[in-house]
Amino acid sequence: MTKSLKKQLIKIIIATLLFAGAFFHLPQIIELALLVAAYLIVGTPILLKAARNIRNGQVFDENFLMTIATFGAFALQEYTEAVAVMLFFQIGEFFQSYAVNKSRKSIAALMNIRPDYAHVKRGKELITVSPEEVKLGEIIIVQPGERVPLDGTIIKGNASLNTSALTGESLPRDVSKGENVLSGSVNLNGVIEIKTTSVFSDSTVSRILDLVENAGSKKAQIEAFITRYARYYTPTVVIIALTLAFLPPLLGSTLGLKEWIYRAITFLVISCPCALVISIPLSFLAGMGAASRCGVLVKGGNYLEALSRAEIFVFDKTGTLTKGNFKVTNITAFIGSKETLLQNAAKVEAYSHHPIAASIKQAYDRKIDLKDISDVEEIAGCGIKAKINNQDISVGNKKILDKFGIAEPKIEKDGTILYVLYDNKLAGYIKIEDEIKTDSAQTISLLKAHGIKETVMLTGDRKEIGYKIGKKLGLDTVHAELLPIDKVSKIEQLLGKKSANGQLVFIGDGINDAPVLARSDIGIAMGGIGSDAAVEAADIVIMTDEPSKIISALKIAKKTIFIAKENIVFAIGVKLLVLALGALGYASIWAAVFADVGVSVIAILNAVRLLPYRPKIL
Amino acid sequence: MKKSYKLENLDCANCAAKIEDAIKKIDGIKSASVSFFAQKIEIEFDRDETTLVAEIKKIISKIEPDCELL
Repeated sequence: MTKSLKKQLIKIIIATLLFAGAFFHLPQIIELALLVAAYLIVGTPILLKAARNIRNGQVFDENFLMTIATFGAFALQEYTEAVAVMLFFQIGEFFQSYAVNKSRKSIAALMNIRPDYAHVKRGKELITVSPEEVKLGEIIIVQPGERVPLDGTIIKGNASLNTSALTGESLPRDVSKGENVLSGSVNLNGVIEIKTTSVFSDSTVSRILDLVENAGSKKAQIEAFITRYARYYTPTVVIIALTLAFLPPLLGSTLGLKEWIYRAITFLVISCPCALVISIPLSFLAGMGAASRCGVLVKGGNYLEALSRAEIFVFDKTGTLTKGNFKVTNITAFIGSKETLLQNAAKVEAYSHHPIAASIKQAYDRKIDLKDISDVEEIAGCGIKAKINNQDISVGNKKILDKFGIAEPKIEKDGTILYVLYDNKLAGYIKIEDEIKTDSAQTISLLKAHGIKETVMLTGDRKEIGYKIGKKLGLDTVHAELLPIDKVSKIEQLLGKKSANGQLVFIGDGINDAPVLARSDIGIAMGGIGSDAAVEAADIVIMTDEPSKIISALKIAKKTIFIAKENIVFAIGVKLLVLALGALGYASIWAAVFADVGVSVIAILNAVRLLPYRPKIL
Repeated sequence: MKKSYKLENLDCANCAAKIEDAIKKIDGIKSASVSFFAQKIEIEFDRDETTLVAEIKKIISKIEPDCELL
């Protein structure tokens, strides 16, 4: 609790005691003295503010309205109610400030990933400096329990890192020499030496903080609506209050001026739109906070709102739904055994660094005996040829068949096919496929369960491969063999398909995706915190490479919007109800006080409940 | 140009909205956003910063006198 809040609390307690004292059937003059004292203790700051604001031309201000309302109650000799209005108004304000402070703190705690210092090795000395002072390529040391201050590569030592602040992943990640580490992760054990690969301002942690800090400026439509509503609400209520006080008596109402003024006062007490003005932006902030805890960075409240209205999800294939690393899935031998075929292929590819060679070597998974390999020769655009135990072995794509005049066998080409030739005769083939991520299929089916109309995959890969993966994952539509420019025009076609309010979401790994990310209603970049262009172009960044995080984001977005709407309906509903009852003479000033501050506090608590929300995906 | 400033003692959310509204009406302001929770003001403008900040300070002191731009 801050100092000013504490002071406020003490004032409220004293005033409440005095106020309670007035109920003990004391002589009237003492009772009145107690009430006035209580009023002045809690009310003076309000009265002063009201006076100052009138001087500044701010008439429709809650302080002024409270002043008028309480003065009015005094004039009607409703002393206890006058004091009650002021007292409860202040109690409400106190709770509001307390709740706001608390939420500010818990949001700040979410963002508390900024490293305070770095131990840098300079010459023989180890000095502690602020992360901004570390230069590119310098060597820093991170002790157990410390936060990694800058991005870099480990040159010595190994450790388990807690990356949950960056990725939402709660399991620690084991890292050792040669691996990259991201700033913002926390070293759990082990001492590691890191050679920095970025300066602080370009580091992951700075980029995340920058994103999060700027997130507030993009406001959702609902927020804009509330601001507009607030602008008209107060003046309208005040004008109605004035009319209510004086018009019926002028028209000859039998209830008398006193009753009508009392009713007008209930109006003035409800005239502040605070409940909405505070709770709606808070809902969005809490939603973004909850998302970032799951490893999803949302760049603004407007994107959460848009995501909740998503209709079409468009996926990139490689690196998004698939891992982007290749794996041998089928070996077929026409001559000899499968094992020999794989062994021969692995030997021919032994010296190659091509990703396909790597996948064959991985499938072989034994030490390759290099002694019997000779005359390795690359056949440009076709493959590789080598002599193994004096036998000519070639491995290559379809063109190698053409080169040796071999007819292409009739096989399903739903992957990359590598043909293996023994002495220029087709001996068999090896099929290599991009691995589908473990949570891809589940993500697609969950999207459908959440009412998404269409799921689409766009890929530059061959049709057979694209369609096969599309079918496996249960995607509605697959467009294959697309150039980057075709992807943009496909997105434009799809944009025409959605309903007026619906949103199109594109999810890519950020490589070559920037134009598509920008063209979509919502662009989501995956595993993208390493890639500048993606983070720049995307509206939402998923820190890990799991597509299922989209479901978390979608759930949080829907819940955020639900809570925001709930607050709007609740706050406006209660206020209108009490206004109506007040106008008819059924609502006392007590009800009005509840409709003002009680509703605010409830709405704030409702918004804050988003903060600890962690959606369950399974 | 884009800039953001910290605000101190911005205690009322409605005032934040009013301040934002008033700042948007200043000449040379392209966009303005006041965040009640971050206690921050963010503006995009194309004019001299010093006179603009003076003008913003004046608006703030009028709407919420306790609030200060840092």
